[in-house]
Amino acid sequence: MKADSQRSFQTGRFDYGSFFFTGVTGLATYLILATLAVILINVLVNGWSGLSLHFITAGTENGMFNVDKAGVLPMIIGTSARVLLMTIFVIPVGVTTAIYLTEYAHSSSIFTRIIRGAVNNLAGVPSIVFGLFGVGFFINFIGHRVMDPMLHPNNPELIVWGKPAIIWASLTLAVMTLPVVIVATEESLKAIPQGLREASLALGATKLQTIIKIVLPQALPGIMTGGILAVSRAAGEVAPILFTGAAYYMASLPHSLTDQFMDLGYHIYVLSTQSSNVDKTAPILYATVVVLLLLTFTLNLVAIFVRAQMRKKLRALN
Amino acid sequence: MANKEVGSKRSVGWMGLQRGHHAHPLEWIVEKGIFAVSLSAIVMIFLIFLFVAREALPIFFGQLNSAKVQKVMSVAEMEKLGPAELQAYLGLTPEQYASMDTETKRLLMEVKLEEFKESSQDKDATLNTTSWRNMILPHQWSGYSKPEYIWQPVSEIQKYNIIPLLIGSLKATLVALLFAVPLALGAAIYVSQLANARAREWLKPTIELLAGIPSVVLGFFALIVMASVLQSVFGYQSRLNAFVAGIALGLAIIPVVFSIAEDALTSVPRSYTQAALALGSSKWQAAWKIVLPAAIPGVFAAVVLGFGRAIGETMVVLMASGNASIVSWNIFDSTRTMTATIAAEMAEAVVGGHHYRILFMLGALLFVVTFVSNLVGDLVIHRLKHKLEGKR
Repeated sequence: MKADSQRSFQTGRFDYGSFFFTGVTGLATYLILATLAVILINVLVNGWSGLSLHFITAGTENGMFNVDKAGVLPMIIGTSARVLLMTIFVIPVGVTTAIYLTEYAHSSSIFTRIIRGAVNNLAGVPSIVFGLFGVGFFINFIGHRVMDPMLHPNNPELIVWGKPAIIWASLTLAVMTLPVVIVATEESLKAIPQGLREASLALGATKLQTIIKIVLPQALPGIMTGGILAVSRAAGEVAPILFTGAAYYMASLPHSLTDQFMDLGYHIYVLSTQSSNVDKTAPILYATVVVLLLLTFTLNLVAIFVRAQMRKKLRALN
Repeated sequence: MANKEVGSKRSVGWMGLQRGHHAHPLEWIVEKGIFAVSLSAIVMIFLIFLFVAREALPIFFGQLNSAKVQKVMSVAEMEKLGPAELQAYLGLTPEQYASMDTETKRLLMEVKLEEFKESSQDKDATLNTTSWRNMILPHQWSGYSKPEYIWQPVSEIQKYNIIPLLIGSLKATLVALLFAVPLALGAAIYVSQLANARAREWLKPTIELLAGIPSVVLGFFALIVMASVLQSVFGYQSRLNAFVAGIALGLAIIPVVFSIAEDALTSVPRSYTQAALALGSSKWQAAWKIVLPAAIPGVFAAVVLGFGRAIGETMVVLMASGNASIVSWNIFDSTRTMTATIAAEMAEAVVGGHHYRILFMLGALLFVVTFVSNLVGDLVIHRLKHKLEGKR
């Protein structure tokens, strides 16, 4: 097959142009794959040995850079807590927007195009700008100007909400991952056969009943995929939480919405830039990277799997 | 398929129910609610710009004055000033002002005058470093032999020239594009046009897996592994520089450029290729001379969106660029970008201070740049899809 495709139809001779062109573009493809493989293998080979039950279950009370005693439990908990909180905010808003876009909006109207444009644009805003937005809007405005004076008007000195906290980090990330959820949900809503909706309407259901009882249950795997992709994207983001909630070190786990938290990604940044002896602390650094990658890649794979299952099911329905 | 289309045209139509009758007033409310929530993306874009720009407004309008020493006047002039002016001049709150007698105020005036005399040795002390002139044009600072662009927010005289940061960002982004675009484009052509169906099935998701690597991990990899390897290969001076950061940035944008370019190439109708093949061209000639030119706006969009992603990427450049704010177009020099500056300095900037506001201004600038590149990329893709579908 391969040899055939590189033979000219006209002359029947070996086609050097084809050989060269296929070679160069193929090389580019496999170079990218090789780089990906090198990164993953390098991280896994160097980090695997550092992974131990102790590493997963210990904190950093005995020193951030203590190779034998430091662990990542507080960071795993902090990262999980902030992404879980985020999903609570982002899923309802994202799914509702997707419902409007697919079920109600006229796809050609200028207004719908503006919404779509905004969604696409939101996906391209730099993550550090989200961080600044978190400071300017959530912490300084909502927290400091609105909530603090409202919740304890008698004590103007007390700052509870107007400072970096896990809730502000989660909200910032929710704004950032909104497009991910919208796009994934929209895709799954569009894949549902129109006949299902029509059948429901024909039986006398209203449009809203149809959406809630027929459309949404069918779209559930798609919504889940969107949520998982959002979580996997947010779990690795550091820039938006740098000044909205991540802490260098916390003696205790966060136990309220206004606490700061330790974070896996931020911890990687700290370990690779603040360590006085990078070679010595490399084992815990690599192990932390492995933990973060395992988290994001597992989530990605689950999303891919759920999506594949969904497509298979919908193909059967169609 | 054809049957279904006819059917949907004849039926009442899902969209036709838009203004249809509602069984319950509650449904009307819920549907209006759905509509309101769907505006969230627009509202968020608006809020982001509003609240990032808001913090930077005094800088935009030149209302800030960072000069260490401002205009002074002699004690005798005190009588000429109104109470409000005097209070502002001495930097007092109304309560403080009210509680002071004339003698204390006179003393304060004297202190202020002495402060000025002591510090006026340094001519830079009277300079407003947050003015547009000093943020963009070079200035000959005391102790320097010629006018220079300097970003030095933590020093006696804070210097806020943003040119070194702009050059740093552009340099790293340029290296990233030069590295990523050929690779991603080549891969897009290969995957969409030349690879067989089975290879395509696994190649596309695997390349896109690269997007699943968090940028802090790419930064870590560039800092710990790539920097040393590249230094030993190219033998340059500073271990961390725009080149290392650019290559790592390139890895971050390859999935973006690849996805969009591949999408554009795939959306070129199969009939184009089939016609070319029927006329006797080979597979690669069809890909290179027919499909690629047809999809070229999509390729352009991929590059523009890749640019937007690269210039806004933070963790990679923060960790791998060396972070020295020097003006140099040499890619092997240590470099500080706008994003890395915001990330590194925000924590130590006083809320509401000059430094804080200038960092927000950099953020607003980044927002505008990426907003425009996203908009351009989006429009181009939309047009292209329209044209290739040949409808409406």
